[in-house]
Amino acid sequence: MPSLGADMEAGTLVEWKVKPGDAVKRGDLVAVVDTSKGAIDIEIWEDGVVAEVRVPVGTKVPVGTVLALLRGEGEAAAPSPGRSPETAPSPPSAAPPVAAPSVAAAAAAPAAAAPRTRASPAARSRAHELGVSFEGVRGTGPGGAVTVADVEVAARPAASSMRQAIAAAMSRSNREIPHYHLGLDVDLSRALAWLARENERRSVAERLLPVVLLLAAVARAAREVPEVNGFHEGGQFRPAGAVHLGVAISLRKGGLVVPALHDADRKDLGTLMRELGDLIARARGGGLRSSELSDATLTVTSLGDLGAGTVFGVIYPPQVALVGFGRIGERPWAVAGRVEARPVVTATLSGDHRVSDGIRGAQFLTTVDRLLQAPEEL
Amino acid sequence: MTIEELRALVLSILGGIAPEVDLSRVRPDADLRDELDIDSMDFLRFVVQLDERLGVSVPEADYPRVRTLAGCLAYLAGRCRVEA
Repeated sequence: MPSLGADMEAGTLVEWKVKPGDAVKRGDLVAVVDTSKGAIDIEIWEDGVVAEVRVPVGTKVPVGTVLALLRGEGEAAAPSPGRSPETAPSPPSAAPPVAAPSVAAAAAAPAAAAPRTRASPAARSRAHELGVSFEGVRGTGPGGAVTVADVEVAARPAASSMRQAIAAAMSRSNREIPHYHLGLDVDLSRALAWLARENERRSVAERLLPVVLLLAAVARAAREVPEVNGFHEGGQFRPAGAVHLGVAISLRKGGLVVPALHDADRKDLGTLMRELGDLIARARGGGLRSSELSDATLTVTSLGDLGAGTVFGVIYPPQVALVGFGRIGERPWAVAGRVEARPVVTATLSGDHRVSDGIRGAQFLTTVDRLLQAPEEL
Repeated sequence: MTIEELRALVLSILGGIAPEVDLSRVRPDADLRDELDIDSMDFLRFVVQLDERLGVSVPEADYPRVRTLAGCLAYLAGRCRVEA
């Protein structure tokens, strides 16, 4: 069960797209997993043949659980190594677990074989009233017993579990990351005038939105100031080898997801716009891929349409920075001794003091500003 | 096409973009972005579908004219063959 973000603890296997004996290639979709972010398509990271499927459909398992075993092309089918009852590192063999990280938790047993859940009679009665199954309900009572409150939490709609997941990740961020915050007002006159001209020559379907210029500028600036682009893990900073921008997308029923625009620094504006539209459609309608939810190197949140002027962002761990854009609006702008009304956006950076200082953060924001003054070069 | 058919088409496009909204409650003179809780990407999808399904390409300069249901219907009626 891959981790699709710092806030994910478990997922439910809802569909296998492969069966034992099927040949798979890196990038193929092999399963669908239901998480607090919705149903996510799981990709595989190795070529090979599916040797064994270990987690049955409908089972909720913790992150790190081996979902299936794969053997290399041409490798003889070996007898199943059996299920490891203990949490143990998965050997780096030719039969890596499907899309799983290096830690394999105890393999999930079918629900029918699970021990009876401890719960108070009142909790059982309440669960019956609400139609809640005890499977996957985390007990907070004595000895892990499920309480009435646990049942009521489990019965809340999906948005609530997403809210809990967001809260867990943001609490971790505030606890572990020494944030600093910087802001810079950016004059968008040139950028928006260029965009209006550009959109006049484009077909309706190919029109660009201002947010795409902002994303392109951030991605290119991250190349110039690499301290904002990467991960803090194991007590040290690991710069990312590429710029995968996590884009915060609000969901219509509440909550948000942050899928990644891959290699955003190397794509032209038209491609970024198409990919952003596709990500938003799939974030809201289903079909996000596991890689899109797990490998963002720097997150951008734009409140453009929502009226707020400034974002004071919380970094999404293990990332080390978050870039925010408030609403683009006309504001008084002093230039050459005169005051004019100009379209302005406030760009903010939330940085991780373990990795960078304010001066590098400031250089990042001024780079974003500089790039937005030459939109035709983005 | 009658104005009622035009209205039904516009509402069906909006329903695809904001499926959970009760379209019968959309106030004709209110900003669609507020009524439907849609963002700039959703609004662009709306404009793209007007182009694809009605052949009406709305320039960006005219976006303010199609921001309400009533304004949108009036704008489109002037550009489509709408029977009285």
